[in-house]
Amino acid sequence: MIKKEMIAMLLAGGQGSRLGVLTSKMAKPAVSFGSKYRIIDFPLSNCINSGVDTVGVLTQYRPLKLNTHIGIGIPWDLDRNIGGVTVLPPYEKSSNSEWYTGTANAIYQNLEFMETYNPDYVLILSGDHIYKMDYEVMLDYHKKNNADVTIAVMPVPMEEAKRFGIMITDGNGRITDFEEKPENPRSNLASMGIYIFNWKTLKEALVTNASQPALDFGKHVIPYCHQNGSPLYAYEFNGYWKDVGTLSSYWEANMELIDIVPEFNLYEEYWKIYTRSEILPPQYLSSESVTERSIIGEGCEIYGKIYNSVIGCGVTIGKDTIVRDSIIMNNTVIGSGCEIYKGIVAENNVISDGVKMGVGDEVENETDPHIYNHGMVTIGEKSFIPQGVSIGKNSVVFGKTVASDYPGGSLASGKTLIKAGDER
Amino acid sequence: MRAVGIILAGGNNHRIRELTTKRATCALPIAGSYRSIDFALSNMSNAHINKVAVFTQYNAGSLNEHLSSSKWWDFGRKQGGLFVITPSVTAESNAWYRGTADAIAQNLSFLKSSHEPYVVISSGDCVYKLDYNKLLEYHIDKKADITVVCKDMPSDFNLERFGTVKIGKDDRIEEFEEKPVVAKSNTVSCGIYVMRRRLLIEMIERCIEEDRYDFVNDVLVRYKDMKHICGYKMTYYWSNIASVDDYFRTNMDFLRPEIRDYFFKQYPDIYSKVDDHPPAKYNVGAAVHNSLISCGCIVNSVVEDSVVFKKAYIGSNCYIKNSIVLNDVYIGDNTHIENCIVESHSTIRANSYYKGEGGIQIVTEQNDRYVI
Repeated sequence: MIKKEMIAMLLAGGQGSRLGVLTSKMAKPAVSFGSKYRIIDFPLSNCINSGVDTVGVLTQYRPLKLNTHIGIGIPWDLDRNIGGVTVLPPYEKSSNSEWYTGTANAIYQNLEFMETYNPDYVLILSGDHIYKMDYEVMLDYHKKNNADVTIAVMPVPMEEAKRFGIMITDGNGRITDFEEKPENPRSNLASMGIYIFNWKTLKEALVTNASQPALDFGKHVIPYCHQNGSPLYAYEFNGYWKDVGTLSSYWEANMELIDIVPEFNLYEEYWKIYTRSEILPPQYLSSESVTERSIIGEGCEIYGKIYNSVIGCGVTIGKDTIVRDSIIMNNTVIGSGCEIYKGIVAENNVISDGVKMGVGDEVENETDPHIYNHGMVTIGEKSFIPQGVSIGKNSVVFGKTVASDYPGGSLASGKTLIKAGDER
Repeated sequence: MRAVGIILAGGNNHRIRELTTKRATCALPIAGSYRSIDFALSNMSNAHINKVAVFTQYNAGSLNEHLSSSKWWDFGRKQGGLFVITPSVTAESNAWYRGTADAIAQNLSFLKSSHEPYVVISSGDCVYKLDYNKLLEYHIDKKADITVVCKDMPSDFNLERFGTVKIGKDDRIEEFEEKPVVAKSNTVSCGIYVMRRRLLIEMIERCIEEDRYDFVNDVLVRYKDMKHICGYKMTYYWSNIASVDDYFRTNMDFLRPEIRDYFFKQYPDIYSKVDDHPPAKYNVGAAVHNSLISCGCIVNSVVEDSVVFKKAYIGSNCYIKNSIVLNDVYIGDNTHIENCIVESHSTIRANSYYKGEGGIQIVTEQNDRYVI
């Protein structure tokens, strides 16, 4: 008989459009983070480190990268005879077919998967946060309280509380009320989007509300359980937890990793973060290279100068090139004599010799100022930047560009140069 | 693939000195992220040899740990797989492996129960890339009984530790000399052989009858005139880890771009056990020149012309020059290390000074380590 005490359902279908071109070809959980990792590595590693060995990953938006990354789960030891990782895309049904229309709707469409494992508890996770959390401790808390639902919460500064879903609790952690993005918050406990449900409670709530369009946990399922009088508890989490939903928060979270003793420490022995590493060899640093305050992944060949940067695996950085305050992702090749300031250069890019990035005045981005800001230059994956051009601040380049795309050899600050058709 | 694989990994070698007090030569760390057996294993895997036996004997702890899962080399298969074979007491024998042929003899059932027509035998302490399919094609083409992989060494190369061969007409090996004092040829045998499985079984059975134990002397040398033995020349990199100097040089070879390109960038890849270390980290004060740094390292000072293996910590104001720092080494502040091999898991106290004078010094320091 198959029996798992707790299984996890990881919502990984969202696009994360505020990451701009980084998510034009892949879902947000598949975006690189911290040199060799991808965002989804954090919840997946948390699962296996917490003893949760059955994980359903719900995919929808551009799942190819995610699928190849997860594979059969070997890097996370989630290749199991029973359980392990299962990728769950939306599927066609005999009478109707629909996409995953909301977080809870996606889970509802996979009731059958969960039933296979005969679970007592179901852990709902999202694939877009950077944190280390022991879900087993949260489960103990859930059991101790005889809760039906436990919601992980995080104290945030009161002035920021209005951006979150806020939980109001009594002295024992029991949730008495909640407010979605309140104007005048009554508490500073923000929901982290991590839930433990009793299986029976979850199933009943999903089935009852199945007809609700865009069925959502925060908007529909949690309020439904609360109205029913189910005991809801808030589990307070005080560790590092970072939402990397915008380019600037993504950049910041990466940069925090290069502090001497970072708040989020990847070097801790007993809570390892696992990832698929295709590139094993060590990195080579040439006689002329400079590497200061940086983290660098396997298999890089560094001939230039790197300051305050996060460099992925298999990256080549040419001679006399300066990379500062930048994120360079896997397998990108940067020529010689380049200058890159505050760049986010995605995977498999080719930056030709003598390219200057992040120079010029601070001008607001012409198309998406809410995405491309803070002086960053963003280059989408598999792009090509021709020799000797300069690219201004708050600009974005995506696609195989040629010299004529850069009038006078430069792309002014705030410009958007996207040559990949509608693939934004 | 039409062959089973055998990797001989049981040997010890006193020329590797202290480095083998911890591990067999086949488990010696190579090029920052690998161990020497990875090369033979990856070659097997890349040639689609699905059933591979590794014969271990001497100090196999590290090796067993390294091979604890076969999935890294893609040997986790229903058909075949990776068989790590240690000597065991049986009804017929209670001896250790008395030689390479004896190791095969004591495990003859492995060969007998296989159905593949050929066997590829390789030693586990060589760094090389070889397409065994091409080797097998050559073997069949030449109608050879045994094919021995050979390599021409430079004239100044010290051949004393190797088997040399003289290749005559039509690639046939005419002469074998095991560890000659004055060699007649500078072509060495690389310790890689291919032959029919049935023939190997036959010859090994004869060895058993005659109480002979060594594959080279009792099979190759003894039958060189009776059997058709051919030499297949390897053209590019091959290095045997037979002494501390070899070990040092082989690692330092990876500082050359063409060697890295050959092993790391060109198809096919070399695989190894994945360790899940975070990226290497360079703090203020790090200045690394002409060196290889592996994952999990934290560097705070100057490193020149060196190979640093996984998870090493190098404190502030150190100077590491022309050295090899093995896995999980902690080097305290203000330390000078030059011309050394720092043994894995060593903890070097702050303000230490090590310099290999007139050779490579092996540094082993087992101090208490205080980790924050």
